Amino acid sequence: MLNPFRGFNAVFYKEALHVRRDFGTLFFSLIIPLLQMFLLGFAIDTNIRQISTAVYNADGHRESRELLDRLRNSDTFRVARFVENDRDLTDAIVSGKCRVGIKIPVDYSDRLLHQMSAQVLVLIDGSDSSVAGQAINVTTSIGLDESLRRVLANSNRSFAVDMRPKILFNPDSRSPNFFLPGLTAILLLNVTTFLTAFSVVREKERGTLEQLFVTPVRPLGLLLGKLLPYFIIGFVELLMILTLMRFVFQVPIHGSVLLLAILSLPYIFVSLSLGILISSKANSQAEAMQLAFLTILPSIFFSGYIFPRETMPRFFFILSYFVPATYFIDITRGIILRGAGWQHLWIDAVALSCIGSFLLVVAARRFHNKVIMA
Amino acid sequence: MSKAEPPAIVAEHLVRRFGAVTAVDGVSFRVEKGEIFGFLGPNGSGKTTVIKMLTGLLPLSGGEASVLGLDVRKDPETVRENIGYMSQNFSLYSDLTVTENLTFYGRIYGISNERLRTRMEKIVELNGLGPYLNRLSSQLSGGWKQRLALGCAMLHQPKLIFLDEPTAGIDPVARRQLWDLLFELSAQGITFFVTTHYMDEAERCNHVAYIYYGKLIADGTPDSLRELPDVQPPGTYRVEITALQVTRALRIARTVPGVRRATIFGQSIHALINDDLDPEHLRKRLLEQNIVVAEIRPLAPSLEDVFVELTYKHQSQIEAARA
Repeated sequence: MLNPFRGFNAVFYKEALHVRRDFGTLFFSLIIPLLQMFLLGFAIDTNIRQISTAVYNADGHRESRELLDRLRNSDTFRVARFVENDRDLTDAIVSGKCRVGIKIPVDYSDRLLHQMSAQVLVLIDGSDSSVAGQAINVTTSIGLDESLRRVLANSNRSFAVDMRPKILFNPDSRSPNFFLPGLTAILLLNVTTFLTAFSVVREKERGTLEQLFVTPVRPLGLLLGKLLPYFIIGFVELLMILTLMRFVFQVPIHGSVLLLAILSLPYIFVSLSLGILISSKANSQAEAMQLAFLTILPSIFFSGYIFPRETMPRFFFILSYFVPATYFIDITRGIILRGAGWQHLWIDAVALSCIGSFLLVVAARRFHNKVIMA
Repeated sequence: MSKAEPPAIVAEHLVRRFGAVTAVDGVSFRVEKGEIFGFLGPNGSGKTTVIKMLTGLLPLSGGEASVLGLDVRKDPETVRENIGYMSQNFSLYSDLTVTENLTFYGRIYGISNERLRTRMEKIVELNGLGPYLNRLSSQLSGGWKQRLALGCAMLHQPKLIFLDEPTAGIDPVARRQLWDLLFELSAQGITFFVTTHYMDEAERCNHVAYIYYGKLIADGTPDSLRELPDVQPPGTYRVEITALQVTRALRIARTVPGVRRATIFGQSIHALINDDLDPEHLRKRLLEQNIVVAEIRPLAPSLEDVFVELTYKHQSQIEAARA
């Protein structure tokens, strides 16, 4: 006789009305993530190119000009200014106008002609570690390459070891290909967690939750009726993000879109449960907002979205296993970039389902003890 | 009817503890069918806790409760099917219209669409909500919100309705209209459990109970409470003293032997005095202090007097028990 889903229809009907009536909120909660996507998709480029460089060419002969051309052609350096003495070279870096200073000594071409070692001074601004790293790599490899060519030019031998690196999946190292699949996880988490937390906290603020408890609505009916509309919204949001990613940012999807859609379900489930958990703690929308923001930071920093998890200190590496976004980023990057299939990703789906169920149970218990019994 | 109908509510020695605190301490009362039961008490005295226990939200720490003949502990779901509840903030969805609010509550109780339509027509007619059906409930005035909330609470034809401070923040006209409606419904056999702070509303109930810090210290009809020996001890009577400068008059009246208790009510003083104290003597004593008394007349105790007396007595018992 007892239907555990009692009241589901009624709550779903009402919640759908809220969403329709408050179309503005819905619109912004869907549009703002897409705007963020545009900003990040167009603005962020992790590849370091065109480092502004100051050059002090004391030599000025053909060999020195050839060296400069090779540096320019690497696409890493852009010669922003030529200076005429050491002091100006240092000054260009200290003032922040240039990141790299290159000094070609007065005897550079003479020494090369006499088969002697010629030194080139490269000053690098270390305040941005990735720029500095890139500058070191490119200058040393150009130096090595230049030396080898000169040594080998006098003999008939070829390179002993010829490394041919080939980048799979994202051959041009395009930043959107790397960032957007991860961003999907962050945006989806934001939207669904915020919307659910708000919808429950609003009922707390109005006192309607208290009223619902005195009706025959069963907890499961109430919960599912409230969650389902936001589940649908979250799913629509995912589809919008994927469409934009594919057709505006031209990120190819190598794997199955259907699999991606299916594997997003446990992740949306986690986000919704997190929203419910927040709403069991928060008594006002402002409080809910703060708590929701608290969940976003770990999702950004410990999920591997920006910083690789493998280089994290041990503690944070273990911590990253408790961040739901970690698993979903693994899923999105896996399917979109590497074309991974179910056999590679089922473990992520299992992990997400476990986290989601755990959160939901904790949230339900908290609700029972702190909200109904209070 | 062939078989005797059970009372609407039977509460026996209800106890609810929150940790070391006993919020409800051995409360017993009985509400008959069709009564308007006024449940009174200061804030934090356990009124809401009792409602939560009777609606099956809070488990009982002790005692027994049956609502509409059903054991609250065994069958809270069926209890909730058959009662209505209106909380003090009316619990409406402000971004839903009047019709949508009613439809939502109708579906919650699983009323079929067809029956829901006839029930809604009935409720709209009874509550006069007709002109506002498509208005958002946030745009209704307090009185109309309250009518809508009551409509939502009685859509499923409950035999018992809990009203938690139904008139807080409502204008006097709307208050009176609500009470007219309650009388009409109670004549049809619906039982009401009403909490309130207004003494004039308490006077309208046919059964009142007063809870004071977890203990029920009064239970009966308003008239029977007025005749309680604690309220009206033998050898005493009540008078109303009308005078200028009531505050000074009160101070002096309290010093006159034979005056047991005196409190200010608006522009007059209500006093409990011994039979052997002549009102004329009291008037003279006040005149000696330059206070002109316009009138001293006998007075029946109000419910407020009743609750004040019972609270004093209860407090002195607690103090005596401590000493």
